Amino acid sequence: MVPSRFIITVIGIDKVGIVAGVTKVMADFHVNIVDISQTIMEDLFTMIMLAEVKEGNFDLVAFQKAMSGEGGELGVEVKVQHEDTFRFMHRI
Amino acid sequence: MLIHPEEILETIQMVSNENLDIRTVTMGISLRDCSNPDINVLNENIYNKITTYAQDLVKTTDAVQNLYGIPIINKRISVTPIAVVAEGCDTSDLSSVAKTLDRAAEDVGVDFIGGFSALVQKGMTAGDLKLIKSIPKSLSITKKVCSSINVATTKAGINMDAVSLMGDIVKETAQRTADQGGIGCAKLVIFANAPDDNPFMAGAFHGIGEPECTINVGVSGPGVVNSAVRSLEDPTLGDISECIKKTSFKITRMGEVIGREVAKRLDANFGVLDLSLAPTPAIGDSVAAILEAMGLESCGTHGTTAALALLNDAVKKGGAMASSSVGGLSGAFIPVSEDAGMIRAVQRGSLSLDKLEAMTSVCSVGLDMIAVPGKTPASTISAIIADEMAIGMVNKKTTAVRLIPAPGKDVGDTVEFGGLLGMAPVMPVNEYSSEKFIARGGRIPAPIQALTN
Repeated sequence: MVPSRFIITVIGIDKVGIVAGVTKVMADFHVNIVDISQTIMEDLFTMIMLAEVKEGNFDLVAFQKAMSGEGGELGVEVKVQHEDTFRFMHRI
Repeated sequence: MLIHPEEILETIQMVSNENLDIRTVTMGISLRDCSNPDINVLNENIYNKITTYAQDLVKTTDAVQNLYGIPIINKRISVTPIAVVAEGCDTSDLSSVAKTLDRAAEDVGVDFIGGFSALVQKGMTAGDLKLIKSIPKSLSITKKVCSSINVATTKAGINMDAVSLMGDIVKETAQRTADQGGIGCAKLVIFANAPDDNPFMAGAFHGIGEPECTINVGVSGPGVVNSAVRSLEDPTLGDISECIKKTSFKITRMGEVIGREVAKRLDANFGVLDLSLAPTPAIGDSVAAILEAMGLESCGTHGTTAALALLNDAVKKGGAMASSSVGGLSGAFIPVSEDAGMIRAVQRGSLSLDKLEAMTSVCSVGLDMIAVPGKTPASTISAIIADEMAIGMVNKKTTAVRLIPAPGKDVGDTVEFGGLLGMAPVMPVNEYSSEKFIARGGRIPAPIQALTN
């Protein structure tokens, strides 16, 4: 079974509709937001979400594709990575 | 949030802008049960075993790459030294085994396969000799096969007969691949104290004491260390060491999580994590750039060996704290052709072959990816190998030589290899002869450092 918590980062030039667009894709894939933080640094929109997936047959590759596709349309870079990438690097 | 947003962005930055990657996931496969006197049966056994064990290697590493969002650049295989596997074969030409390895590597989709190797530090068996003599042909008719010969250890000394022979083999390999700048030599390494579990090519093989199947992971990140050092404001050397330690700790942790996941999914043993700063031709992804960030005007100038010693030690310390499985070579690589900063240093005359030799006494490998004039005598190449082996033997460390006597090229010319292998400016060698010394043959006895029992 695929482990189920992911960090989603959205980085790019701020514009109307980024959160709506990205979270719509997440809802379509039944991906739940556990925590969310968003700032604008020097006009750069940065959103970081901790997301959770409960389904055992979750198709990560399809979700990543849909998210970066949506990001492409919004002009932002979207990454979906397992939380362990960050947990292992920054926590002992 | 459990992880601070700044930490998340730091990791993303490392991957997006500083070329942090898993350089290789290398599957070690034992071929000890493939032996057969009939070379056709041997080849069939080898092919079947490799394609069975490694059939899902590429698919699995790709899935893990997606899961963690960290690029895994190479997928490779290392096998038991072929000299051991083919020892009992009744054929003298072992190039068909190299062909088989190449075909198996192609069919499972890996980038390289290492292990066309022999361990001859104290002497050569008939099988070892057959293998060594098959190297030039084998490397000219295959694309993915890598060969390595261990000619010295601290415990055994240096086998100077093998050193002498390897000078000829290197020359012949260059000649046979002359149409591609002697690229066969880029796949041939001569070792002292070769590690059994090194995931990096061209020197990877699956050691005799290794299990049936194992996953070894090579992590790299000179670009990350370079940016970290450059971001310090007026640091002392102690600050620089501390910064490199912390950075290599983070990189190693990431390699560990990925290595364990790949091994788990493939039902293989997790072997070692090799944290080696392996440069690429990409801008900033350079070991020379790190040394220059410490305050040297150009890599190779006085102070370079000291700076490299600091770097290599800090990388090891950070790595050792981050994982219990650190092994292989773990340190800084200084291949000339693969590092834009090294190439520039050679071209502007600040880095010489002699300085590179000194640097190898404090870093993790040796004279690596260095082009020398095509006319260099075999005995001179053997003598360069002998010097490097002596450094490894006395310092109880791995050293290696990967020289390309570029056919038809001389000092001032450049050899293009392309891809990760980059380009090599042809470097001058000492013009005085070493022929008599090399022709003496025999063995340089094990040093006093060997008497540790």
